[in-house]
Amino acid sequence: MRRLRAALTPYALIFPGGVWLAIFFVVPTVVMLSLSLQSGNVADGFVFTWNWQSYVDGLTNYHDQIIRSLVYGLAATLIQIVIGFPVAYWIAFKGGRHKSVYLFLLLLPFLVSFVLRTISWQFLLSDNGMLLGPLKDLGLLPHDFRVLATPYAVIGGLAYNFLPFMVLPMYVALERIDPRVLEAANDLYANKFQTFLRVVLPLSLPGVFAGVLMTFVPASSDYVNASVLGGTNTTMIGNVIQNQYLVTQDYPTASALSFTLMALLLVGIFAYAKALGTEDVLEVAAR
Amino acid sequence: MTEIQAGAGVAGEATSDQVPAIELDEVVKEYVSHGEVVPAVKGVSMTIGEGEFFSLLGPSGCGKTTSMRMIAGFEEPTRGVVRLHGQDVTNVPPNKRDVNMVFQSYALFPHMNVWDNVAFGLKRKKVPDGEIRRRVGEILEIVDLVGREKRRPREMSGGQQQRVALARALVNRPRALLLDEPLGALDLKLRQHMQIELKRIQREVGITFVYVTHDQSEALTMSDRIAVMNDGLVEQLAGPREIYERPATKFVAGFIGTSNLLSGVVRAVNGSSAVLALGPDDRVVVPIRETVAEDDTVELTVRPEKITISTERPEGDLSMVEGTVSEVVYLGTSNSYAVALAGGAEITVFQQNAHDSTTTAERGDTVWLSWQPQHSYALQ
Repeated sequence: MRRLRAALTPYALIFPGGVWLAIFFVVPTVVMLSLSLQSGNVADGFVFTWNWQSYVDGLTNYHDQIIRSLVYGLAATLIQIVIGFPVAYWIAFKGGRHKSVYLFLLLLPFLVSFVLRTISWQFLLSDNGMLLGPLKDLGLLPHDFRVLATPYAVIGGLAYNFLPFMVLPMYVALERIDPRVLEAANDLYANKFQTFLRVVLPLSLPGVFAGVLMTFVPASSDYVNASVLGGTNTTMIGNVIQNQYLVTQDYPTASALSFTLMALLLVGIFAYAKALGTEDVLEVAAR
Repeated sequence: MTEIQAGAGVAGEATSDQVPAIELDEVVKEYVSHGEVVPAVKGVSMTIGEGEFFSLLGPSGCGKTTSMRMIAGFEEPTRGVVRLHGQDVTNVPPNKRDVNMVFQSYALFPHMNVWDNVAFGLKRKKVPDGEIRRRVGEILEIVDLVGREKRRPREMSGGQQQRVALARALVNRPRALLLDEPLGALDLKLRQHMQIELKRIQREVGITFVYVTHDQSEALTMSDRIAVMNDGLVEQLAGPREIYERPATKFVAGFIGTSNLLSGVVRAVNGSSAVLALGPDDRVVVPIRETVAEDDTVELTVRPEKITISTERPEGDLSMVEGTVSEVVYLGTSNSYAVALAGGAEITVFQQNAHDSTTTAERGDTVWLSWQPQHSYALQ
């Protein structure tokens, strides 16, 4: 009896999460997959017909938006690494007793709703807003200069909105480095820079890896930043999908686009993992 | 108090005809914590000879690790001078010092395999590839890790990691190797094995070893000389035999091995020895180092294995005291007796279970304890 219970315990532990995922992830995914292969319209209803045409249409009509989404996502991710790594490094190694305070400060803006934060960026960046207005009045910028509705605004918004998801995993990886390992490098004739390059950086890679996963994926499929901060030339694939679902109500195309994006992201992630030598990276991460 | 016994130790005296490998000159290290100055090392001087196996021994918090970290360059002394081979390196960073360290927790690079760990220092020193290959190969042979070059630290046992740490430091052929409690994480068997290994490796490479430990038996077994530290100061600096046989202070007597501490009033002084009064029939003679006058109170120490236990009052020029057996512990190769003296002091006696040992005192017996006067020492 006891042995039976011991054997069942792991399954009991996974049960709630498993049911949750089955209902809210597996079922919708299957429904969407089937939807992407149906044909018809909202008025007459959709029928399953193995209709691959939605995929062909999606790719032909919206390949610009797909590529743009990946480029924006990548640019935002790179900006976050550049901004986030020093922050994570500083908190991990120089934060002293106040590490948790700094982490809290980092997360504080994110207690405000995602959409509200983006809208406040819209105020900040607007053509005669509090940032550009004074600069234009002083004659430092030409009067027709704008940030809003440009790719810079959208990429900036994306980079800002997902920053904590980059900083936190990097911080965890950096914080876990044994200071004596750094002393050992220093003892073995490495100066500060070499110690960083040969020891700190490689040991922080699992954190960067996790950070990239957690920011690139949502940034590439985001639609809020593009619709609030962007213009007609910055439409991302997320906006297209949202439009297809809610406005045009062309469910098959919307679903097909979603799957296309998912497939592209998966391929990208696996290529990235392979390039970094994930086995290694995940190995270190699992320590 | 710092260099007191250095001159007296005959065993393992630093050779004086060459520049010493390491010198600490009145080195002080103070930390500031919550606005208060906390001294970790209160003024330590020592001279460590080329090729010497030198131990810093003491309880935790005695300043031994801080002293070593100042030799390595991880800590800068508040005052005083650190010299390596005659050169003042007090403010030289660790990467520019020709000493290497074996860390207590090994501090191996977790993302590198054994080979890359060991080659790390040579690569930073821009040693040519061919020579790196040769030297790493050689040192892995010395520490018996050939065939494990591709292993990651975490895939290895504690003893193997220990040897990687040793190889990683030794491969650079440092002028001195600093070892911070390197065997602390190993189990007893492995620790004893590694003690012998370390001695062998030191003989093979001929490098000065500075060894930090709180384990007195480890220090006694391996060292040429030992500095016993307590509370930021060196209590005694001498060879292992000298430290054990002639502890200079009460602290050393208590920290190294088991000691019996007795105190008595001086009844008479005869040149280099004093006669103490303990009990009515007792007779205790102790060699004295400094000027002791009649009626002074003197503390003396005598090791448990130097004492003979007997039921009759012994004959001869021995020191002897009378007492009552309060405990007998059978230890296999020896018996341990606790004997209470009339004055209240308790003395521990070890007696070998030799085939001709006749004494079998029981609890409650009145016995005589005797020892050669030269086996007891007056403490400072």
